[in-house]
Amino acid sequence: MSKHKRLNTKILITVLIICAVVTVIIAVGLGPVSVSPITTAKILISRIPFLGSVIPQTWEQLDYNIIIGLRLPRVLLGLIVGASLAVTGVTMQALVRNKLADPFILGVSSGASAFATLGMLFGVFSFLGQYSLSLSAFIGSAVTIIFVYIISRTNGRINIPQLLLSGVAVSMIMDGVTNIITLSAPNALGLHNAAFWMSGSLAGAKWDYLTLPLAVLAVCMVVLMINYRGLNLLVLGDESAGTLGINVGRLQKLLILVASLMSGVTIAISGSIGFVGLMVPHFTRLITGGDHRKVLPVSALLGGILVVWVDVLARMVIAPEELPVGILTAVIGGPIFIWMLRRKQR
Amino acid sequence: MRLEIDGLSFSYCNGNTVEDITINVKKGEFIGIIGPNGSGKSTVLKNLYRALSPHTGTAVLDGENLLKMSYKKSAQKMAVVGQENEIPFDFTASEIVAMGRTPHKKLFDADTAEDVYMTHHALEHVGMENMADRDFQELSGGEKQRVIIARAVAQESDFWLLDEPTNHLDIGYQMQIFDFIKRLDVTVLAAIHDLNMASLYCDRIYVLKDGKIVLSGTPTEIFTPENIYDVYGVNCTVEIHPITKKPTITFLPEGF
Repeated sequence: MSKHKRLNTKILITVLIICAVVTVIIAVGLGPVSVSPITTAKILISRIPFLGSVIPQTWEQLDYNIIIGLRLPRVLLGLIVGASLAVTGVTMQALVRNKLADPFILGVSSGASAFATLGMLFGVFSFLGQYSLSLSAFIGSAVTIIFVYIISRTNGRINIPQLLLSGVAVSMIMDGVTNIITLSAPNALGLHNAAFWMSGSLAGAKWDYLTLPLAVLAVCMVVLMINYRGLNLLVLGDESAGTLGINVGRLQKLLILVASLMSGVTIAISGSIGFVGLMVPHFTRLITGGDHRKVLPVSALLGGILVVWVDVLARMVIAPEELPVGILTAVIGGPIFIWMLRRKQR
Repeated sequence: MRLEIDGLSFSYCNGNTVEDITINVKKGEFIGIIGPNGSGKSTVLKNLYRALSPHTGTAVLDGENLLKMSYKKSAQKMAVVGQENEIPFDFTASEIVAMGRTPHKKLFDADTAEDVYMTHHALEHVGMENMADRDFQELSGGEKQRVIIARAVAQESDFWLLDEPTNHLDIGYQMQIFDFIKRLDVTVLAAIHDLNMASLYCDRIYVLKDGKIVLSGTPTEIFTPENIYDVYGVNCTVEIHPITKKPTITFLPEGF
């Protein structure tokens, strides 16, 4: 494939948005009690102001409750979480100039887990109120990434091998801390909740949970899109970026802030859903090339759609029980990661 | 005077230093910096494009302090072409060239027709317009370097810093790259490895040895067998070439 035209981005994004809408309609209907897509669509449209009154009510109240009360927030959370993970992955990969980076490799999620578990089991961060879990996970991820960043800076720039190694090391430390916390947990229920949460799950999604991650995703996405040229240039290397007019130090700090904000909040809501942040940016680049103006929106959409479908799988595979979605992404994502590593060596 | 470097010094933690570097570049000049490996050519340039920050000394570009200038402004005034351009992500040649437009863009600006034109024009200048949609990673070393030159053309700055831009390239590509740059009519400060190349293209040359400037002058003044022996420790003969009227250096192996 020496010479090739890349897909028109506008068409691609439009198609993906349609896919996302269709995904929501179908995914909302799937589960132990299944609702047909047409009924689902009608119920969803009925919720839209002005349009709602046009649709005659032909559905059962139970279906309505399941769709609107239970499944829709979960599916929407899946979209937001998937998009956030994919975009965080893109950000991290640009930051470290390496396609194999993701938030988890740099230990961000381990840090978030450690702090969030501390909050869940001992109520350390309860003074933060309603958002204590999100904020504690955020603090954990920020502390970890700043720590990793400082360790791997030599002579004013990031040393990539050192960054990855210190990410692994800090990750291990944080996992150790998490284990100490869970082992010394005062109650068994908290322990079970923490274990389930850490495996990554969208179960228990409520409408209340959507606002913060959606706001964070929207703000971060805008910040990243404004800086897409900077992201592109960062990939060329610090020196080239500097000579093409980018204040590299400032951009790196901004990206670290954005990445820890998104990963921290995402992890707090849904635990550590692995590999989405690694795979989705990689596949996006296969379609769009490396330009972040295209990579950011396309990977956000792909990530959202992917997580919704894996979550559908997670609640169908061993129904009526369900698997944490993070376990499924790990089981599916692991082999793909290995394939990518092998491919890179060729 | 476009660039005035005065008393610039820098030292690495491992003890390698450049000391008291004073270089002047006038408008339209092609100035070379030569010297053996490790003499500090790249270090001097890195201090100018702020990959390193000098401990003492000043650098003034067009009457303004280059070391304190915003990155955007220095990028508008000065383009930099280095020797290695490994890009780990998949960009096409034209995407790489379009990145040269960055210093002309404000935060919310989209790409305009002018950007597209400049990108195409820059690729044409280096004869790469047919490869605009090729993946950068799949290009040969010489083609990659031409794309990077095109990026600097798209940058529209008329002062160029070159850090051994033709290193690792074979002779055809070396000449081609220098010819492209010469044709642009820009002011150039270039670290050059190959003495005959420096002789062919430079108006004036500064010679670095052990981090200090030991000689400066026109190629004819600089390239004498004595000077070359002092700096590089090799024997050679120097003739003025009948066609180019430039000094041509022939190195003599042991035994001659």
